[in-house]
This record gives sequence, structure tokens and C-alpha cells, in this order.
Amino acid sequence: MSETTNIKETYKPTSPNSKLDFASVWEYAPAPESASHAEVKDKYELFIGGKFVKPSSGNYFNSTNPANGEVITEFAEASKSDVNKAVKAARKAFEGEWSSISAKERGKYLYRIARMIQERAREFAVLESMDGGKPIRESRDVDIPLVAAHFFYYAGWADKLEYAFPGQKPEAVGVCGQIIPWNFPLLMLAWKIAPALACGNTVVLKPAETTSLTALKFAELVQEAGLPAGVVNIVTGAGETGAEIVNHKDIDKVAFTGSTGVGKLIQRSLAGTDKKFTLELGGKGAMIVFEDAPIDQAVEGIINAIFFNQGHVCCAGSRLLVQEGVADTVMQKLKDRMESLIVGDPLDKNTDVGAINSHGQFETINKYLKIALDEGADVYQSSCNIPDNGYFVRPTLLSNVSQSNRVVQEEIFGPVLTIQTFRTADEAVQKANNTPFGLAGGVWTDKGSKIFKVGSGLRSGVVWANTYNKFDPTSPFGGYKESGVGREGGLHGLGAYLKF
Amino acid sequence: MNYPDFSVTVPIDHVAVEERVARLNKRSIKKESKLFALKLALSMMDLTTLEGKDSEGKVIQLCQKAKMPYGPMPDLPTVAAVCVYPTMVRTAKNAVKGTGINVASVATAFPSGMAPLSVRIDDTKYAVDEGADEVDMVISRGAFLSGEFQQVFDEIAAIKEACGHAHLKVILETGELLTYENVRKASDIAMDAGADFIKTSTGKISPAATQPVTLVMLEAIRDYYYKTGKMIGMKPAGGIRTAKQAIQYLVLVKETLGAAWLDKDNFRFGASSLANDVLMQIVKQTTGQYQSPDYFSVD
Repeated sequence: MSETTNIKETYKPTSPNSKLDFASVWEYAPAPESASHAEVKDKYELFIGGKFVKPSSGNYFNSTNPANGEVITEFAEASKSDVNKAVKAARKAFEGEWSSISAKERGKYLYRIARMIQERAREFAVLESMDGGKPIRESRDVDIPLVAAHFFYYAGWADKLEYAFPGQKPEAVGVCGQIIPWNFPLLMLAWKIAPALACGNTVVLKPAETTSLTALKFAELVQEAGLPAGVVNIVTGAGETGAEIVNHKDIDKVAFTGSTGVGKLIQRSLAGTDKKFTLELGGKGAMIVFEDAPIDQAVEGIINAIFFNQGHVCCAGSRLLVQEGVADTVMQKLKDRMESLIVGDPLDKNTDVGAINSHGQFETINKYLKIALDEGADVYQSSCNIPDNGYFVRPTLLSNVSQSNRVVQEEIFGPVLTIQTFRTADEAVQKANNTPFGLAGGVWTDKGSKIFKVGSGLRSGVVWANTYNKFDPTSPFGGYKESGVGREGGLHGLGAYLKF
Repeated sequence: MNYPDFSVTVPIDHVAVEERVARLNKRSIKKESKLFALKLALSMMDLTTLEGKDSEGKVIQLCQKAKMPYGPMPDLPTVAAVCVYPTMVRTAKNAVKGTGINVASVATAFPSGMAPLSVRIDDTKYAVDEGADEVDMVISRGAFLSGEFQQVFDEIAAIKEACGHAHLKVILETGELLTYENVRKASDIAMDAGADFIKTSTGKISPAATQPVTLVMLEAIRDYYYKTGKMIGMKPAGGIRTAKQAIQYLVLVKETLGAAWLDKDNFRFGASSLANDVLMQIVKQTTGQYQSPDYFSVD
């Protein structure tokens, strides 16, 4: 693909001063995960009322593998009437069978779904990597295990809601419209569907148009699990389909994960309605590394914070703030560590950084790299080989930047890290908070008291200490400021799907 | 020589060290890259016998194995060195003459180091006079744990001097150092005092080499290299018995220090039973079939 070739020429590392050589002598042979057990149909329909149905428009759109540009399959485009059908099916199920069964039975369905996901974990992992570009190591070791964990966790709550909210008589909200992003397709589905069902709701879910495959595989699983028809409906399509869900008058609650821009649109269109909503939006997470931190382990944490899932993580640690005394050391170690990252085929078990999810996102990231150069940043990129085809961006470090730079202020959503220095803890906290976002942050220090002092100063939904990007279904997740409204996960996540 | 500040303790986050190791252990090494790694591992081996009942005959047989690890495959690399007690150095030296295989001798009242410094220096000089190319010394763990870092430093420097041209490997006996911070500190002291290699263990204490400990030591070597430009070698020893483990160690080295450390001058395995598993895997990679352990010599 010509775009990637251009990038090679345009963004030469400005300071290739890595002393260590990670490339020669011993190269790992390709170790591709077999995709033979993952069945993909030529075409996927909408999942409405427990059945796969054709879209009323008859339109389908392609889904491509971002690592090689090949078309994997086609998805149906849901129009207004399809969304209407899905909402009706969800309403019917909510007022019928789903509300009549006991909470314990609801829980059993969720346990069954969790077990079935575990049984098919390999297939889901392969499909997630094929469709979305993420390394198989992550889809296998992070995404899919967390998906199963979410269903197991919320299955346990289904018959204990009275205990979760004592004396408050929790009741299901009704029909939930759920719109999920492309960065963690099946995991975001689990974050949405597991608590919704545990609380007795029914759902109409729209996966992102570039990554709908695992959601439709999940629909097949739901069918096999014998879940009553209409409890889970999955409609595919782009933003217009999402808008139809948000604006549908018979939706009781909207749950959205995605960009802050779209989140604002949704909140605007919900104004004046009585729909409940939760929004999980963008971020520009700051990582604060103090002089007394275990530096080698901090560098490892930073790598996981920004290069996990190609940086397509709303809570990614995309801004690094390093205390002056160790800035040069951290910079050198970071560069060397970036050199040892393996970028390439998402299905190769040794790949650390996979493909950028879509052409659109690839262009966005490159736009920001250009902005960085225009703003006078020093651009360091790993000298690794990247495939000729597909959308790939080398791990990138931007130095010589400050708070006023767009690359420091705006969410890039790619493998691009900015680095700044600070002198005092107060300055670090001030810089970390100097953003419209407030989703996540990290602090590295060997001193426990400093973690609490600095951590409590951060206006951020999540603060990790001496680590980053650790997730667990028991832990609430969500943002301050423009990073969102409401919490998902844990006990807090239940409240969002209940009325009292 | 850098004179170190013993009051500085480099913080190590043990959770993150172990996570890093776990992640590197997920590397999938296949086909030609596996065969390359196996042969590399063989060439980096210090074939070791350190028993009270060692005999000249046993040492000679070990040297035979060092020269010709597996008869049916005469093109395989030889191991890097044989590692014996000082009294066996001359025997070993004669047995490997002209092969390029080094003789390493443990010394300094191995494995405990519980002897006066003068005795340990004599022990070292004896080994070198007998022809040892490499000396594997032990540090005074008692002195280290009681905070006598200066003493540990001075003793290593004295042994280094006694070594003359012989290469010095400093055994930290990490199984007795208790924390990763201590491992790091002992590594720094050893490198500053003149170690050519730092080595995890004697093999007489459990736990012997572990991957997290090795990672901490490799990171110490990396920092020393950043600071001085000098490459210090690394030798995990004890407890490495399978080819799979050996490859995992090589991955640690490759991704921490890079390609420059991937040779016998900069990395060694101290092992007695590892060779046969590596050989068995080489045969498997080459022929596609596993052989019975009976086909590999027990020396």
C-alpha cells in the first residue's frame, strides 16, 4: 500500500541513537496462529428476534482485514425499519418471557454464555485479530479471557441485585440501545451486554462497522445457548444506524463507547428525553514517572500503556511526564525498548503491535504525525520492519513538545507517545490534569505515600500505580470531564442498568 | 574502575519483573529459529561437574562430550567450556587441548566462600596456575547481607587481580540474596569491581538460576553498558535442564541486551544435564523424530 511507503520516507527517525541491536543474529521465524478452525461466512445478516434476517434495504458492506486489505465478509446495513424491528423484538422479549423467568435462571444463561465463550476462545481470538488487526497475543490473552470473565462476573449478580442495592428495590430499565467501538469489539460487547442482561434488560446492540464479525459470531452463540428470542439483538451498520438506535423513542437507555465528538452529539440528542445513558468517551492519559521509580519496570509499563492494541485504547497512556533527573535515562531506555517491539502480522504469535484498525484511523494517525512535525516535535520511530501491505504505523515517540501542542492535547488513538518533563510533583499533577479528558492515568514511584498523594490529585477515573492497562470486571471504569458519564464494570456498572 | 556509591539501592518492582518474564516466555520459537537457538545454546554451555566424588576419569569423559556432543552429528558446535574444581583443571586442560574449549574452574572456597581471603586468593592462583582460562568465584554473601559492601567489592577486586589473564565470573548466589534489589546491588558491585561475567548461582543452593533474577542481572548489565560502554557477560547456572528453558533464557537476552550478547563470549549456561535435552531437540528439529534418551551419552 502506497501510504505506508510514504510514511517510511516522510518520518525518518530524527534521533536513531539506539546503542543496542535487537534485529540481527537471531530472528524469530513466523509463528502464525492457525485460522483454519475459525469459520467465516460469506455474508452476515442482522440478528433480530432470535433469527438472522436480511436487511430491509438489501444493502451490505464489506469488512476488510486491516493487515492485508483483503475482504473477509459482508455485513448487512441496518436501516431505520430494521432498527425499529429490533427494538420491537427487544420490547416484546422484555415484556414477555425475559421478565417472567426468575433471576436465577437469567444468571444461568449468562454462565452458559461465559462457558461457551471459553470453549470457543481460540476461534473468537483469531476472528478478533483478523477483523480488527490486534495481535493474537492480546486477543488470546487479554480480550477473550476478559470477555468470559465479564459474563461470569455479572452472571453472579443476576439473583443478588437486592443485596447489591439493599432497600432500593432495583428493577430492570427496559430496552437498552448499545453502541460499541472498534478497538475491543467483543470485550466492549461483553461490558455492555453482560450487566444489561444480568439486570433483566433486553438489548439492541450495534457493533462498529469495521469490526462486527465477533458480535455476529456472538449472536450465533446466543442462539445456541437458547437465550429467549429478542433478548439480544444485533444490528450492523455505520453511524446512521447508531443514530436510529439513539433516537428511537422506545429505547429506555443508551450506552455508548466511542469518541468524545460522537458522545457530545448523543448527549445533545438525548436532552429532554427520559432515557438513561452512560457514555464512555476519549482520553489522553498521563503517566507520571518519578526519579525514585524502578525505571526498567516503569519503561515496561509505559510500553504497555501506549503500544497495547496499537494505542487504540481510550484509556491509553499517551502522555508521558518524566521527572527531570531521569528524563534522559527513560528516553534512552524507551527508545531501545521500542526497537525490540515486533510490528506486523496480527496473527503471528510473536507480534507485539498489529495493524491499525482501518484506513480512516491510519490517516488520522498520520495526520497527527504531520502536525507533530509542523509543530516542531522531534519524532522518533522504531526502525523495525513493517509489512508492505496493510495499515501499519511504527511505534512513535514525540519529544520536544509542550502542553500547547495539539499532539499533547488531542487524542491520537494510535501508537504515538508524547514525552515531557517536570520538576515537582505539583507540576506533574497540574500538567496531567491540564486536558479536557480525564479517563485514566498512571504513577510510577517506589514510594507508597507518593502514589496516594499524586494519585488523589489526578482528575481521572482510573489511576494505575506502577502498572498500566490492567482490567478486571470487578473494577468500575469510566471518566471525568469529557471522558464520559457513568461507570461500567463492578457494582457501579449494575446501577447503570437498573431503576430504583 | 568506577568507584560505586554503595548507599544507592536501585529500586526493582518484582511484580513487573515477573510480568515481563511471563510475557517473554510467550514468544513462539519455531523451525529454523528454534534450531539456531538450540545450536547457540549448545555453544554457550559450560558443561559442569562439581561433585566431591568427581574423578579424573569422569572429567575426561565430560571433556570428550564437550568436544563431540553427539557422535552422529559431528558438525555440531562444541560447548564453550568445561567447569570443574581446581584440582581437576589440569586433567581437563589436557583433555581439551587444541579444541578452543575453555576450562573454567570454580575457586575461592566454592561454594560457600567461607575461608579467609588469603586462602581464597591462593585457591584462585592455584586454579590459574593449573591452566584455568576462566575462574568462577563466589562472593561473601554473609558480608553482603550484613551490609559490608565495601568488603565484598574489595574481595572481588583482589580475586580479579589474582586471576591475571583468566576471565573472572562472579557468582552472586542469588538464592541467598533474598530480594531483587540485593541481586541488583550485588551485580553492580561485581561489575564495578572487575567482573567479566556475573553469574547467578553455584548450583548448590535452591533456588538456583531463575528467569526473573536473570532479567534483573541483564538489566544491570545493560545499565553498566550504557554508563561505560563495556559489555559484561551473563551466566545463569543451576536448574536449567530443558531446551525449552534454555530458549526462554536466550529470548530474555535477545530482547534485553540485543544481538551483541548472543555469543559464548557474553552469555553462558552453567549446566550439567541441559546438554542432552538440547541435543535431543536438535535431532528432533533436524530429522523430525524424537530419539530415545538412550542414544545420548550420559557424561
